[in-house]
Amino acid sequence: MDLKLGKEHEAFREEVIEFLKGWPLSGEETKLPQVEQDQIFRNQAIEKGYVYRDIPTKYGGSEQPHDVIKDTIIQDEFRKVGAPGNIFSIGAAMVAPTLLECAREELCDRFVESAIRGEVNWCQGYSEPNAGSDLASLQTRAELDGDEWVINGQKAWTSMAAEADYMFGLFRTEPDAPKHKGISYLLIDMKAPGITIRPVKQINGGLEFNEVFFDNVRTPVGMMVSERGKGWQVSRATLKHERNLIGDPNMLRNTYLALVELAKKTIRNGRPAIQDPRVRDRLAEIEGYVTTQEYSGLRQLSAAAKGEELKVMLPMMMNKLYSTDTAMMLTRLSQDIIGGDGLIAPNDAETAMAREVQHTPGRWVYEYTAAIAHSIAGGASNIQRNIIGERALGLPRDLRLE
Amino acid sequence: MDFGLTEEQELLQDTLRSFVAGESPVSKLREICDSESGYDPKVWEDLLELGIGGLIVPEEYGGVEMEILDLALVSEILGEGSVPVPFLGHSMAVAAILYAGSEEQKQKWLPVLASGEMLGSIAYAESTDEGEIWEASQATTQLSDGKLNGTKRFVPHGQFADLVVVSVSGGGLAVVEIASAGAKLEPADSLDRSRPLSSIVFEGTPAQELPNADAAVVARIRDIGLVLLAADSFGAAWQLTRMTIEYAKERKQFGTPLAQFQGVKHQISNMATDLDPTRALWWYAAHALDHIADESEKNCALAKAHITERSMEVARSAFELHGGIGYTWECDLQYWFKRAMFNRVFLGTPSEHRARYADLAGW
Ligand SMILES: Cc1cc2nc3c(=O)[nH]c(=O)nc-3n(C[C@H](O)[C@H](O)[C@H](O)COP(=O)(O)OP(=O)(O)OC[C@H]3O[C@@H](n4cnc5c(N)ncnc54)[C@H](O)[C@@H]3O)c2cc1C
Repeated sequence: MDLKLGKEHEAFREEVIEFLKGWPLSGEETKLPQVEQDQIFRNQAIEKGYVYRDIPTKYGGSEQPHDVIKDTIIQDEFRKVGAPGNIFSIGAAMVAPTLLECAREELCDRFVESAIRGEVNWCQGYSEPNAGSDLASLQTRAELDGDEWVINGQKAWTSMAAEADYMFGLFRTEPDAPKHKGISYLLIDMKAPGITIRPVKQINGGLEFNEVFFDNVRTPVGMMVSERGKGWQVSRATLKHERNLIGDPNMLRNTYLALVELAKKTIRNGRPAIQDPRVRDRLAEIEGYVTTQEYSGLRQLSAAAKGEELKVMLPMMMNKLYSTDTAMMLTRLSQDIIGGDGLIAPNDAETAMAREVQHTPGRWVYEYTAAIAHSIAGGASNIQRNIIGERALGLPRDLRLE
Repeated sequence: MDFGLTEEQELLQDTLRSFVAGESPVSKLREICDSESGYDPKVWEDLLELGIGGLIVPEEYGGVEMEILDLALVSEILGEGSVPVPFLGHSMAVAAILYAGSEEQKQKWLPVLASGEMLGSIAYAESTDEGEIWEASQATTQLSDGKLNGTKRFVPHGQFADLVVVSVSGGGLAVVEIASAGAKLEPADSLDRSRPLSSIVFEGTPAQELPNADAAVVARIRDIGLVLLAADSFGAAWQLTRMTIEYAKERKQFGTPLAQFQGVKHQISNMATDLDPTRALWWYAAHALDHIADESEKNCALAKAHITERSMEVARSAFELHGGIGYTWECDLQYWFKRAMFNRVFLGTPSEHRARYADLAGW
C-alpha cells in the first residue's frame, strides 16, 4: 500500500489547484447570469483538459488519456471550491458514455456534444408498469414501417420526461425472440406526435417522474443504438454508469459531513445534539460505514488504475447496496436530530434542492425520502442481493415455482 | 497511489493459509481446545519458523522488519483459521518493548521474542471499584522501586508466557519475566478456547519499567492491538460466511438446497456485504500506523469498533442459517463465533471505541 499520490499526480493536483484560483470569476463577468458564468469557466476547464476527459475533442470534450486518479483529483478539487465541472445530468452521465461505447458515429456526432453541454435533456425509458425488476419482460413494442419504427405502449417512472428533449429506451422489436434477445435500444424525440406525458407526484411532493404513453410514435431507423435485438447489452452499459452515480462514496461523505454539522447546530435538551452520548454513538457508528465505503472506493479506484478490477469484483458489486443502506441510516439519524421539524413537509425550494436551503430541516426530510428512492431506482435492493449472492458468492439462482 | 497489497504480502497470506490448512485444521483446533492445557506449542513453533514472532522487529534485533499492515494480514489468516496460538499478546508485547524499551531492554528481549525462545503477552485489564479498565493510561497497578502490586485480568495465553508487559498507574508500562518473578497466575475458564486467558496477581513482583512509554507510544501499542483484533474478526467472520455458504448449498429442505430459498440467499448476501468492504477499513488503519501518523488513532478506533461489531452480526446470521446443528458443541461454528466475541470485547467494547472516536473527531 502506498497512498501517496506520486510525483506526477502530486504535480497535477498543484496544477489543478492553481487553475481553480480563477473560480469564482472576477470583474465584469460576475455581472453575468450564473449559468453563463458556469459555462465560461467550464470552457476554460475543457481547454485545460479537466472536464469531459473521456469525450473526444470533436464533441467538445478534452479527450485525455484515461487516468482514474487524475479524474478523482479533479473531482476533489473542483468540489472543494464549488467550481462547475462535468454537468451532472442523465444526458451527460449516462447517454454520452453509452453512445460513445455502443452507437454509430452519426448518432455520436448528433447527440454527444449537446448532451454533455446540457443543451439537450434526456430521459430514460426502461421501466413499464409490468416490467420493473424483470425489465426484460417489457412489452412496449416498436414495429418497422419503411424507414421508421412505430412505437406503441407505455413507460413508467420516467424521471424528468416532462423536461426532456429526447428519450433513450428499450423496446420490443422482435416479439418472437427469447425475451432478452427481442429488445432494441432506440432514441426518440419527445416532441414526436403520439407521445403523452403524465406527471406522477412523488411522496416528497416532487413531480420528477412520469408515465409516458406511446400512440403510433415514429422514430427513424437511424435512431437505433447498436443493432436489432442487441438493446439488452446496450442497456447494461448504461446501467453501469447509473449505478456508479448512485454508489458514489463522495456523495455519502458530503451528506455525512452535513449531518455532523446539523448535530452541532441543533439544540436538543438544552445542548447541541452532538453532545448527546446517543447521538455521538450513532454518528460514530455511521462513520464506520461511510469510511468503509470511502476506503473501499479508493481501493477499487486504485485496482482499476492498475487494470486489476478482478481483485475488487466483490466490493464493486456491493457498492450500490452498501451505499443505499448507509444513506438510509444516515438520513434516519437526521430525523432524530431535527425531531418535530420532521413533521413539516419540505417546501418547494427544499424539494428542488436549491443551494440556499442546503441545511434546513425540510431539506433533511427531503433527503430521508430520497434515500428511500435509491433502494428502488437503478435496480432494487433485493435485485442487488441476488446479484451479490449469485455472481459474487456462487449461490444458486432462485427457485422457480413451476 | 496503490491501495492494494504487494506481491510479497499476497504471498505471505497464501503461505500462511496453506500452513493453517495443513498444520492447524479444525480437527486439530478441536483437539487443542478440548485438551487439559488448551495449548499446543507445536503449531506456534512451526509458525515461528515463518518469522511471525518478530515480524515488525528490525533486523538488527533479529526480526524481519515488516510493517503493521503485514502483522494485520497475518492476524486475518489466524482469525480465518481460528488458529490457537498466542499471536495477539506476543505481538503487542513485542511492540511495547520495541517502541517503549531502552536500548538495553531491546537488545535483551527483542531477539528472544522474535525467535520465539520467549513468549510474550500483555496484562492490561483490571476490574476496579470504578469499573473495568483496558486503557493503559487508567491502570491502577502500582510500580515502585522495581516492584509491582496489583491484579490483572484477561492476559491472553498468560499461563504460557515467559514475559508480560503490564500497564501501570501513571500510564506507563513495565515488563515482568513471569517464571522467575513468581507472580501468581490463575488460568480462567475462557470462552474462546483458542486464546485462553489468565489472571495475574502481583505482590511485590520484580519488574522493569519501559522508559519510553509516553502517551503517544502507549496509544500506538494499543492501536496495534485494535487493528489486529479487527483483522482477526474480519478473517473469522469471512470464515463463518464461507461455512454458511457451503452449508446452505448442501443442506436440503423442502426438497431443495437452502441456498435456493431467496430468504437464505439474501441473508448471506447481507452478511458478505456488511463484511467484505471493511477490508479496506482495517487495511487503511494498519497502513496509517506506519505512514499517516495523524490519522491512525481515529482509524484504529473505528476499525475495531466497526468490524468487531459487524462480525458479531455475521456470526449471528451464520448460526441462524445452520439451524439446530449450528447450536451444538459438535459444530465448528462455535470456534469462530467465540473468536469474534473475544475480539469484540478485548481492549474495550465497540461503544467505548466509538465514544473515543467522537472525542478524537473533536465533536
Ligand atoms: C425515484 C425513481 C426514479 C426512477 N426513474 C426511472 C427512470 O428514469 N427510468 C426508468 O426506466 N425507470 C425509473 N425508475 C424505475 C425503477 O427502475 C423501478 O422502480 C425498479 O427497477 C423496480 O421496479 P418496480 O418499481 O416495478 O418494482 P418491482 O420490480 O415490482 O419490485 C417491487 C419489490 O419487489 C422486489 N422484487 C422484485 N423482483 C424480485 C425478485 N426476483 N426477487 C426478490 N425480490 C424481488 C424488489 O426488490 C422490490 O423491492 C425510477 C424509480 C424511482 C423510485
